[in-house]
Amino acid sequence: MDRFGPFTPLIGVVGLLVIWQFAFWVEVVDRVLLPSPGAMFAAVWHGMTGGQLLIDFFRTIERTSLSILYAGIIGIPLGIALGSSVPVYRSVEFVVDFFRSTPASAVFPLFLAISGPGDATKIQVATFGASLVILFNVAYGVMNARKTRLQAAQVMGASRLRVLTDVMLFESLPQTFVGLRNGVSLALIIVIVAEMFIGSIDGLGHNVLDNQMLFEMPRMYAAIFVAGALGYGFNLLFLLIERRYVHWSGR
Amino acid sequence: MAAGDTERMAEGASAKPVSTGAPSPATGEAHITIRGLSKAFGEAAIYDGFDLDIPRGRFVSVFGPNGCGKSTLINLVAGLLEPDAGTIRFGGKRLRDTNFGYVFQNYREALFPWMRSIDNIRYPLKFRNIPRSERSERVERLVDRLGVTLDLAKYPYQLSGGQQQLVSIMRSLVIEPEVLFLDEPFSALDYEMTLFMRDQLQALFMDTRTTMVFVSHDLEEAVYLADDVMLLSRGPAEIADYVTVGIPRPRTAATISQGEFVSVKAHCLDVFQRTVRDA
Repeated sequence: MDRFGPFTPLIGVVGLLVIWQFAFWVEVVDRVLLPSPGAMFAAVWHGMTGGQLLIDFFRTIERTSLSILYAGIIGIPLGIALGSSVPVYRSVEFVVDFFRSTPASAVFPLFLAISGPGDATKIQVATFGASLVILFNVAYGVMNARKTRLQAAQVMGASRLRVLTDVMLFESLPQTFVGLRNGVSLALIIVIVAEMFIGSIDGLGHNVLDNQMLFEMPRMYAAIFVAGALGYGFNLLFLLIERRYVHWSGR
Repeated sequence: MAAGDTERMAEGASAKPVSTGAPSPATGEAHITIRGLSKAFGEAAIYDGFDLDIPRGRFVSVFGPNGCGKSTLINLVAGLLEPDAGTIRFGGKRLRDTNFGYVFQNYREALFPWMRSIDNIRYPLKFRNIPRSERSERVERLVDRLGVTLDLAKYPYQLSGGQQQLVSIMRSLVIEPEVLFLDEPFSALDYEMTLFMRDQLQALFMDTRTTMVFVSHDLEEAVYLADDVMLLSRGPAEIADYVTVGIPRPRTAATISQGEFVSVKAHCLDVFQRTVRDA
């Protein structure tokens, strides 16, 4: 495995591109439906250097970032509050699990009816979905805080409040980041889906759908590619923050 | 820490007679007085009307068969468990007015991995009215006294097991406790480290004469460190024997093969085996 050194992860990428190019050459599917990788990258380049794709890219980032921000503001304190009392959490567990399992896209028309077709609706639905994921993870992080650590703080003279702020909060951080990473993935999915609904004028979801209807396949692939890169980037960003600030995680 | 001199119990030096007719603990002022202690987990009564005096300034090892309630005892005394009945006093004072330290078996889960070692050690000082400037001095004094050469700027997970437990012990000592509880503190360490840590703890005890209550599942270790070995029997726990170890300190590796050590340990083992058989 080490034979390729730091280039090991690139093998899969190159392999995929080679297969794609080959499929294009032998025309596995119609060339209109599957353009060459080169055509897609050219569309990415055109779109991201001052084209509509760049605008849509930033709109989606904006919506997803706002959603995860609000979801964190709602989910983290609620998760701590619910998780620090097992009986309280057990009493709301079913409700949380039920809505966590409900596809957020299913409630989109409801939010649409309530808040209209604007930006706010998209952010509300994404916040709704992501905050439940965050809440659930934070609550479990708090509930699974190492008992010995809580006792250690207690015998040293920490009050209940100090045990919460000095120990439980830190104990729950690794799980909180799991929640944030899952939450941001979900928020992105919801935002992109929401951008495909009637009334949308921008965003990567709108871009994908628009180009599909215009049969601009290289552009559509470009938008899909950028959406994928964005999801990967968000995940990576949270991983880096976690590694920097939750350095003890898993040790 | 001259607390509790007010309460010099007239008969404080002796444990109340228990049914086994255990001998009295060593002479001296009682530091921890336990009366009528009862604790049950579900149906199983671990303690039922248990009485004990732990003398001041002595090293008491608690030894007994598995599940007899060795750890339960110090958890009750240190307030980690609520007794069903009974009173526990420290020279007449309640626990909350007593300056005590507690060392857990599982150092990995007892230290705070998000803090550097030095901040771990400093942490309990937050809850005592000690000015910020003096907090650092206290830690420095402790480091000097123990002759610790550890890099305390490291996080606990960057240290070896023994070093982590040493940090954990320092954290319990920085408040200059009058009583130190140790719950099998060396049982997760390898043998070489255990030997080293025993001697560290012995030096510390000789230096401070802090009352120490040491739970162990290793008889050799229990005898090696102790002024008194308290042997417990099982369910509900009673004192099977209370053995005074008169071997002068510092004890060394050579002590372990000495006649007196060997005979004390043999006696303890004999009592232990009897309590296991009877149960």
